[in-house]
Amino acid sequence: MSGSTIIFYLLSILTLVSGILSVTTRKIFRAAIFLLFSLIGIAGLYFWMQYEFIAAVQIVVYVGGITVLIIFSIFLTQQAGELLPQQNRKRVLFSLLAAFSGFGLTLLQIIQHSFNKTLESSILPSMENIGNQMLGLEDNGFSLPFEVVSILLLAAMIGCIVIALRSKPTTV
Amino acid sequence: MMDPGLNHILFISTALFFIGIFGFLTRRNLITMLMSIELVLNSVNINFVAFNKYLWPHKLDGLFFSIFVIAIAAAEAAVAIAIIINLYRSHQSIDVENAEDLKF
Repeated sequence: MSGSTIIFYLLSILTLVSGILSVTTRKIFRAAIFLLFSLIGIAGLYFWMQYEFIAAVQIVVYVGGITVLIIFSIFLTQQAGELLPQQNRKRVLFSLLAAFSGFGLTLLQIIQHSFNKTLESSILPSMENIGNQMLGLEDNGFSLPFEVVSILLLAAMIGCIVIALRSKPTTV
Repeated sequence: MMDPGLNHILFISTALFFIGIFGFLTRRNLITMLMSIELVLNSVNINFVAFNKYLWPHKLDGLFFSIFVIAIAAAEAAVAIAIIINLYRSHQSIDVENAEDLKF
């Protein structure tokens, strides 16, 4: 067993265990911290697959952005030290059943299906190739989706400000 | 223990997807439901990158898809948290059982 294999299994254990703890713990702040570790494990998996750019994006956007946003919203909406309410057993049981049956079904499909690898020579997911293709205007360029996503982010930002704006107390 | 390949990564992403689904079905707090959604979106990203690496390494399409999914997930999380904070201001609670003004 090589070092790469050991690292892969360690990363997957980190991702899955902290994911499970994140959805089962009753302390909401701990749930956010476990989510953080799960996202770091996923970034590690991207590094393991040698897709360094997407791993860096994962760390910057998810670990540095979304988790901090979630922690701030916990601070704004939650009383300190308050436990989340206990779930009723029936709901947990049926959710487990749904999750496990879906998991089994999907796994069965994955095992039975044989994936065919392409025979063409691979290209490196380097920064240069990514940048050229993302902003390219020729056949395989992604400049139109790039611009659409920019507009979407602008619209989302304006929408957030408008939604979260405290409305002035109306004077009657 | 075998050398990890595509099937191992697909196993991890499937497990993560259904962990997220389980959390989404059991949690009643809006912020923890949002965290479960993030887990689901991340498992999809792992799939895109793994298929790109193992099956179609002559293109970068899977990588671009996961970049766009990350961008849209960031926008979605920001809007969702704005809505949650607004809901907390008007209802003093972010439990989905209390957010039933539009129910009937």
